[in-house]
Amino acid sequence: MTRPFVVLPLILAGLALAGALSGLMIGYVPYGPGAVVSGLLGIGDPVVTAIVREVRLPRTLLALEVGAALGIAGAALQGLLRNPLAEPGLIGVSSSAALGAVVAFHFGLMAWADWALPATAIAGAAVTTLILLLIGRRLPGTLPLILTGIAVSSLAGALTSLALNLAPNPFALNEMVLWLMGSLKDRSMDHVVLALPFLLVGGGILLAMARGLDALTLGEETAQSLGVHLLRQRVGVVTGIALVVGAAVSVSGAIGFVGLVVPHMLRPFVGHQPSRLLLPSALAGAALVVVADTVARVLPTNQEVMVGVVTALLGAPFFLGLVLRSRRMTP
Amino acid sequence: MSGLEITSLSVRIGARRLVDAASLEARRGMITGVIGPNGAGKSTLLRAVAGVVPHTGTLRLDGVPLPRPGGRARARLIGYLPQDHGVHWPVSVRRMVELGRLPHLGPWRSLSGADTEIVEAALARTDSAGLADAAVPTLSGGERARAMLARVLATRTPVLLADEPAAALDPAHQVGVMTVLREEADTNQRVIVVVLHDLSLAARVCDRLVLMEAGRVIRAGAAETVLGATDLERVYGVAFSRGHVDAMPVVTPVIRPPSGGGGGGWIDRDAGGA
Repeated sequence: MTRPFVVLPLILAGLALAGALSGLMIGYVPYGPGAVVSGLLGIGDPVVTAIVREVRLPRTLLALEVGAALGIAGAALQGLLRNPLAEPGLIGVSSSAALGAVVAFHFGLMAWADWALPATAIAGAAVTTLILLLIGRRLPGTLPLILTGIAVSSLAGALTSLALNLAPNPFALNEMVLWLMGSLKDRSMDHVVLALPFLLVGGGILLAMARGLDALTLGEETAQSLGVHLLRQRVGVVTGIALVVGAAVSVSGAIGFVGLVVPHMLRPFVGHQPSRLLLPSALAGAALVVVADTVARVLPTNQEVMVGVVTALLGAPFFLGLVLRSRRMTP
Repeated sequence: MSGLEITSLSVRIGARRLVDAASLEARRGMITGVIGPNGAGKSTLLRAVAGVVPHTGTLRLDGVPLPRPGGRARARLIGYLPQDHGVHWPVSVRRMVELGRLPHLGPWRSLSGADTEIVEAALARTDSAGLADAAVPTLSGGERARAMLARVLATRTPVLLADEPAAALDPAHQVGVMTVLREEADTNQRVIVVVLHDLSLAARVCDRLVLMEAGRVIRAGAAETVLGATDLERVYGVAFSRGHVDAMPVVTPVIRPPSGGGGGGWIDRDAGGA
């Protein structure tokens, strides 16, 4: 009875690992698995070691982190809102993180410190989370949460447009626009380390909320009668999502569709149980982004294609196919 | 007293009092029915006891005050079967019934062997074992009602609240659901509280009845006494014809307005009596 729920995460973890390995192997200069492993261990050719460790490894690790964050956040939000169309961007955390990053570009804060960009992005996500929690405390229910998210998203979107509009110079504008598309290009180990604590804490909070998400399958009142504290559940899920998505957007920009498609794809394999969807969604999200990023790197274009563009290009038709194929779920 | 004791329970939403200082007793080993017209506060009363809506007043089980609403301690004592049978994901019946064990699980702990046995027993009790692997949205109304009943039985709480458990069910399923509740009262000495609209069904399966009007409890007592009283017509605003068919009480509304005396009392119309 419990076996399929162990097998699926193992398969997905294997996929993510294979994706990561191929991400390390594939590039401008392709390496074999042996060269990659000796490069990682630092026992081979110093050039190979430098490329694998300094260039490809941070990027691959970051792709895994970002994908896992988007996957688990999507699964948790869909469970909380009991809606398969929910997406981490819905509650406005991603757009505020993006706004924070654009502000950093606008004022050229990166000249001052390397970590200024992710820091302002995380600050943007944090402000939105506080707004969501304050409003959620005064107005219970999921509808105020969604409406607040939409309002904050549009405000952040408008302010982002304003920052683009008033860009100090064409280079800044170019940087902002490209960043908004979502990319993992030219990231260092600093980014990996910066995002990690947020991902671990946020992911831990979301996993702790898993049982409440299951109870919510029966509606809010029945969940409450089963001992689920609704406010605590909502605060936990929103905080967890804000931490992981805020951190992911801060280091990679906005990468769409992963948080929407991945949980949706895996749901039938876990018996539609929200709690059992969280970990597999994180693993599958990691695998998807690492593969999408490898595809983005090797596409023969004169400028590198942004990974956010790749996930949307792959995700949208796939999602459409799923919608067309799926039968009606509820009577 | 052995059972659930509700003293001056009130539920207010804004300026409206949905339940107004309601006091009643529901004993162990008995089915207590809550009757009254739409909007009398029956469902709200149940939701308050379940800890789903905030309330004032005191609640005691076997003389001990109930833990605060919305916590796991309360959930381990009070099982609640709401009227709407909404399930948001197409989970299987077994997974859904397993949710009944949630109040008893420690954090990060999964179902133990004992939990699984309780779940299987609840499925068997409600005749749902054959449906265990079916997705809940694919069930018929009767199957779904049985599965939902299995879910609340799996909580193994000393108090079981059911809001219209027999509504929209065919006669056989109505009898089936009420028989299971009867057995829970008799063999496990649970406190069973049900909201019912079908007064004949209430007369037949409930030991005691509580009549509510506009948020207040206006009469409580043995089923036949409450149903036989004249204020039943006043509260419902319709005349009732009372009688017995094959020694079973029957209470049905009549179309004509209440005659002079205003109804009340039982007329025996036993089979072969005429």
